Amino acid sequence: MPAHVPNAGLSRRDLLKRTGSLAALAAFAAACGGNTGRPSSDSGGGGGAKVNLSQWYHQYGETGTQQAATKYAKAYTDANVSVAWTPGDYASKLSSGLLSTKGPDVFESQLNIGMVKSNQVVALDDIMADVKDDFQPGDLATNTVDGKIYGIRMIVDPQVIYYRKSLLDKAGIKPPETIDDLISAAKELTTNKVKGIFVGNDGGNALGGPALWSSGGTYLTDDHKPGFTDGRAAQAFGKLHELYASKSVLLGSPTDWTDPSAINQGLVAMQWIGMWAVPGMQKALGNDLGVFAFPALDAQGKPAVYSGGWTQFVSAKSPNVDAAKKFVKWLWIDKQDFQEDWSLNYGFHIPPRKSLAAKAAKLQSGVAADTVKLTADHGHTDNPAWTPKMGSAFTDLLTNVIKKGADPAAEITKAEKTVNAELSRLFG
Amino acid sequence: MSASVKTPWATDPATAGERRGARRRKGIAGNTLWFWVFVGPFVVGLLVFSYLPIIWSLVLSFFEAYNTATPSKFVGLQNYIDMLTDHNFLSSLGTFTIFAVFIVPLTFVLSLALALLVNQVKIARSFFRSVFFLPTACSYVVASLIWRLSIFNGVRFGLANTVLDWFGIDGIAWLSTVDPPWYWLPIVTVRLWLQLGFYMILFIAGLQRISPTLYEAAYVDGAKPGWQVFRYITLPQLRATSVAVLILNLIAAYQAFDEFYNLIGNVNYARPPLVYLYGISLGSIQDLGHGSAGALILAVIIMIVTLLQSRIFGFGKAGD
Repeated sequence: MPAHVPNAGLSRRDLLKRTGSLAALAAFAAACGGNTGRPSSDSGGGGGAKVNLSQWYHQYGETGTQQAATKYAKAYTDANVSVAWTPGDYASKLSSGLLSTKGPDVFESQLNIGMVKSNQVVALDDIMADVKDDFQPGDLATNTVDGKIYGIRMIVDPQVIYYRKSLLDKAGIKPPETIDDLISAAKELTTNKVKGIFVGNDGGNALGGPALWSSGGTYLTDDHKPGFTDGRAAQAFGKLHELYASKSVLLGSPTDWTDPSAINQGLVAMQWIGMWAVPGMQKALGNDLGVFAFPALDAQGKPAVYSGGWTQFVSAKSPNVDAAKKFVKWLWIDKQDFQEDWSLNYGFHIPPRKSLAAKAAKLQSGVAADTVKLTADHGHTDNPAWTPKMGSAFTDLLTNVIKKGADPAAEITKAEKTVNAELSRLFG
Repeated sequence: MSASVKTPWATDPATAGERRGARRRKGIAGNTLWFWVFVGPFVVGLLVFSYLPIIWSLVLSFFEAYNTATPSKFVGLQNYIDMLTDHNFLSSLGTFTIFAVFIVPLTFVLSLALALLVNQVKIARSFFRSVFFLPTACSYVVASLIWRLSIFNGVRFGLANTVLDWFGIDGIAWLSTVDPPWYWLPIVTVRLWLQLGFYMILFIAGLQRISPTLYEAAYVDGAKPGWQVFRYITLPQLRATSVAVLILNLIAAYQAFDEFYNLIGNVNYARPPLVYLYGISLGSIQDLGHGSAGALILAVIIMIVTLLQSRIFGFGKAGD
């Protein structure tokens, strides 16, 4: 029928009506959709009864990591696993993802008690039972709430200070043993082209925990009390301000402390960073690289290493909790070759399994071996009872002390108030 | 057409009238239909993505809602009390005030000045108009990244520091220095660059509405071109536009988020209310109860300030 005949079959008005409402519906559906990372259930065809699982990662900085994660997911045959790789603010995206069933089935994160209290993660004691003893106690403790294990440690990321050996040798400086040594080393190493140390563009908030540990303190005591309130902790925070005010720290770098660009490009002599960056630093600097732990506050203190890392969890909101548990058991407990690949072939991480760590050849020489030893001697893991709200109060304390030179004792009192309110909310 | 064929409108006036009525009714129904086809999607969008969240936020603000949008523990006004006594929230309102003190008058004066200049240009007027308007099309996030990574980065090869170096001045860590608070320079300049063009266009539209006869009359009466004409003719004639610009500007300043978040992150010495509220409710803290209470407090403040402003400047009065 010719198109210009008005009443040919479908009237123009009807056609418009129909296409209009279709378009509106489509726009609405698109707006509601959002990429959950899960493959659409009818796309495979040949998948049969296999369930779909979505696995969320933050963006690792090292090349090849995304391809590796995808490779592991593809190798799993009992479910269709798709990987959602998240650049940018992973924590926020994950937090909102976990509020709904559109979120991940399995994801990497760090445990805090809030996730358990609001029933976001499922206990994994059953799949961990046989291999529990093969994990370091600290890596189990950081994933345990009320005696139940909620996550499988995937990688351990020690954070320490790496330095250019040649620059320290030239200045006749030995690796610092106290915070005062560190401050004077940073000052001496500073020239008009090179700053002494890079501890982050925020001026050193990442050093808050290590400084606290180096004074003998801790975030929370075992009986759930603030452990950062004594005079020695205040002294340690004050030292961080001294370091910041010494004009020997690099600020405003295009990349932050988690990226080795600053030390690699010769902007600084020392940098606070994780062991993940060792391959990248060795490529740029060769053997001109040494490592030391965050130094002790004084003779009574101890050096400190932050033993961070990532842990695999199963979302309690997943429609396929059992399949998800099976998958994480397969990947992070059974598939030792993949675990080894993930820990050693991109950035360097300590494999959390003792049996794997013992045979990790790449970590048995050079600065990597030194870092592993420092972690074994001085490592501190996160306390799951330390909630993000407490963390935020602690960050405010550090910002006020380090950058604004506020009185540490007064700032501690403010943070203590928030932490105590959180503790009474959580533990009564 | 032969006479034997009855045409309905010719033979039966009664049914014809009915038919016309039906057609009219159908016309009205058609209009209603088209009203909903065009307006419906927006109404649905507004309902689903604006009003529903606002109502839900109101509900959440009376509950303890950690890590959940369907809370069960009612806490009454406690979240509001907590937020109104939270020194971080209050200081974020302070940060906003400082920001507004910088940005609102600066934007007003500069965009008006730009509009006057561009309006006077005789050649390539639309070129200049587009050039100044173009940055409006740039995303705040992208602009912030350029500001942070290349213009105002703190290392010696940043653009601003390279310029300082020509004059033998030491580089400055623009975004990390709190004493003096250099971070305000990138924050204010990025917003100026992005929004000046938009307000300039509003002013140009206002300027073009002023009748040339007023200027002619002023000339005849002996008013000197320049300041006198600007002060007594242009400025009063631009009142409606000026008030609109001030109100839009202030609301935009209240909603500041992108440049703060992307330039300096969530730091306690310079976070406007939205960055703080984002941090507690949608960041890793996921305290939706306190976050919602704070958001509603902020909404009420914006409403009060806008109403006051319209009252003072008489926006929306007859004749504007």
